[in-house]
Amino acid sequence: MGTNNLPQEKINPIAAKGFRVWQQKNCQSCHQLYGLGGYMGPDLTNIMSDSLKGEPYARVFMTNGSAKMPNLSLSAEQINELTAFLKWVDKSGHSRVDKREVTKWGNYSMDN
Amino acid sequence: MNKVFKTYIIFSLTLLISALVCGVLAAWSFLYPENYKYILPFQQLRPFHVSSAVFWILTGATGSIFCFTAPLLKKKEEIFASIFMIIWMIAIVIVFICYSFGLYGGREYWEYPPAINIILLLGWLFMIRHYWLFWKVNTDRKSVYIWMWLTGIVFFLFTFIEQNLWNIDWFRATFLKEMTIQWKSNGSMVGAWNQMIYGTSVYLMVQISGNKEIATSKWAYGSYFLGLTNLIFNWGHHIYNIPTANWERTIAYSISMTEWIFVIGIIQNFKAKLFGDYKHKHLLPYRFLIAAEVWVSLNLLLALMMSIPAVNRYTHGTHITVAHAMGTTIGINTMLLMASFSFFTKNESYNGLTRFAFRLAQLSLFIFWTGLIVAGILKGYLLVEKQVSFNDSFAATLPWLRVVFYAGIALTISFLFIIRQLFKKVNYQNEDI
Repeated sequence: MGTNNLPQEKINPIAAKGFRVWQQKNCQSCHQLYGLGGYMGPDLTNIMSDSLKGEPYARVFMTNGSAKMPNLSLSAEQINELTAFLKWVDKSGHSRVDKREVTKWGNYSMDN
Repeated sequence: MNKVFKTYIIFSLTLLISALVCGVLAAWSFLYPENYKYILPFQQLRPFHVSSAVFWILTGATGSIFCFTAPLLKKKEEIFASIFMIIWMIAIVIVFICYSFGLYGGREYWEYPPAINIILLLGWLFMIRHYWLFWKVNTDRKSVYIWMWLTGIVFFLFTFIEQNLWNIDWFRATFLKEMTIQWKSNGSMVGAWNQMIYGTSVYLMVQISGNKEIATSKWAYGSYFLGLTNLIFNWGHHIYNIPTANWERTIAYSISMTEWIFVIGIIQNFKAKLFGDYKHKHLLPYRFLIAAEVWVSLNLLLALMMSIPAVNRYTHGTHITVAHAMGTTIGINTMLLMASFSFFTKNESYNGLTRFAFRLAQLSLFIFWTGLIVAGILKGYLLVEKQVSFNDSFAATLPWLRVVFYAGIALTISFLFIIRQLFKKVNYQNEDI
């Protein structure tokens, strides 16, 4: 449900480096965070807490790429930093708005 | 037309060609990534496409403003605008060199290494200086386009700085703050360049019709203030689903519902005033202005729907967002800039191949736009309502995206023809434009 009142975790140094890797490898061209970014790949806002996918799944893609995703030749260190970044993003909230958060005026209420 | 300005206009049109061609190549790579992910890498083509489009709009808007303001200045006073144009052309070339070598580090739409923004910012100060010189000698304070250009130029400076605040650690301490500022600035920046382009369109309407009232009417000022309000407050629809404060959504939602109604009013007012010989004298610019009017109406409807959070829940992050972006950048901004370029290069005849290219552009853009909307509806429904996997939703949209791709090719061909005509006209221009 709503994450409006969730305490926001401050960025840690490893996640900050991961944010730079995200930008330097231009991940936003293909992936979205909170629905903002490219459409080639899935939205990664909550990939780390996804019960079916999660960190191991994400690491495989970061290491090898996929049929659609090129191998970006990331070092082990960069993969760790990107993982820390995506975990930090994951804790900030949910990218999908729940049906119960839609008000009768068509707006969202994310307080509860 | 001085040499720097002539080069700048050719450069600007080249950016439009780059945006179209890179868009087609990126779309091909998007459809067939398995075969082309290394030959035509999407993650490399998309920044080329997006930055070309953004810089086409900005160079087109500033080029038009220069063209219509320079006649009031002495030749030696054009130096500041010339410096701006030279700096921006150099910076943009550096941007594309960086992209060619896979050097990124920036943010969405501005993906190049952020240090280049210092050069662009420096250049913009010279554009401000140019406009200030114009402002001092221009005695007309009643025409709304004077204020629209001023607003656009000043707010671009603010939003461009704001867009780069992420370089300071404090602004990225928490992810929600980071994203909110980023998308607030991007949303407002679009409002800033719209002020420059809509200002130019009002100026053109006055020049074509000979009716100064178009720029001084209550409608004109109502539209201006509504646009300004949207620029300042209506960025919230970009981040509806980010768990920020509810008041942000409420304000954006409320203001969105009034968007662009006055703009349609102004253009309709212009159409009513346009008559007789004037209509035939400037036919191609007129056609582009009328086309923009149709696209304003279509995109207004789409924007209004997307601005309802309950609908945005389905459309956010789908191709409907792309349809909205393409509809505004091509359908509105590019049509208005084409009207401006056709006007000041005196490329005004609307017949034969020009007429065919113009009609092909409108038809292909409509198919392109509709295809994106259908793909977006499908994706939104499958992901939100049916909760299918990303790959399944991707596969379901592919037939519609192929339609978009072929329409994009037709759109590119039609614009290439019109741009070719403009190139010819620019090359024939003498000093006295």
